[in-house]
Amino acid sequence: MALTKADMAERLFEELGLNKREAKEMVETFFEEVRGALEKGEQVKLSGFGNFDLRDKNQRPGRNPKTGEEIPISARRVVTFRPGQKLKARVEAYAGSEQQ
Amino acid sequence: MTKSELIERLAAHQTQLSAKDVELVVKSLLEHMAQALARGDRIEIRGFGSFSLHFRAPRTGRNPKTGDAVTLAGKYVPHFKPGKELRDRVNASIQEN
Repeated sequence: MALTKADMAERLFEELGLNKREAKEMVETFFEEVRGALEKGEQVKLSGFGNFDLRDKNQRPGRNPKTGEEIPISARRVVTFRPGQKLKARVEAYAGSEQQ
Repeated sequence: MTKSELIERLAAHQTQLSAKDVELVVKSLLEHMAQALARGDRIEIRGFGSFSLHFRAPRTGRNPKTGDAVTLAGKYVPHFKPGKELRDRVNASIQEN
């Protein structure tokens, strides 16, 4: 089952006793603050979890895969996520438990 | 923006919770997300993106010091795919310049 914002709000309600409206708002604003920082060109570093980095890509030649027509792919800025050591280690442990 | 700056910004934007409570919220959210990935679940946040695990096949590596071959087991690594709103907003910020 995929984790959703509703699950995260539910956890804040159960674990920290926020009311449901507060919990929902906190989850929403948490992701909005991260988006806002990235939008302003800031790297986001969440220790223990990972970093959201920005990469500027130059224009490069592309192709419409259907028609074969050449179209340039415009210069753009993209978000990349680099998981932190702690998260990587926890996820690797999952792979170990799968093999048993 | 670091985790503590994120906590400060969230605390500044709302009145109901103390800065200490906001800190607990941020830590709880990140821990919940890490737990989900650690048990192999995906995370899907519309407008932000999704996190999933990608498998890295087993391979033979080398000890860079001795040159000895080392067998490396397959493993899972976290992967993030930005959602449309995040992609568009991040890209719009550079197009304006």
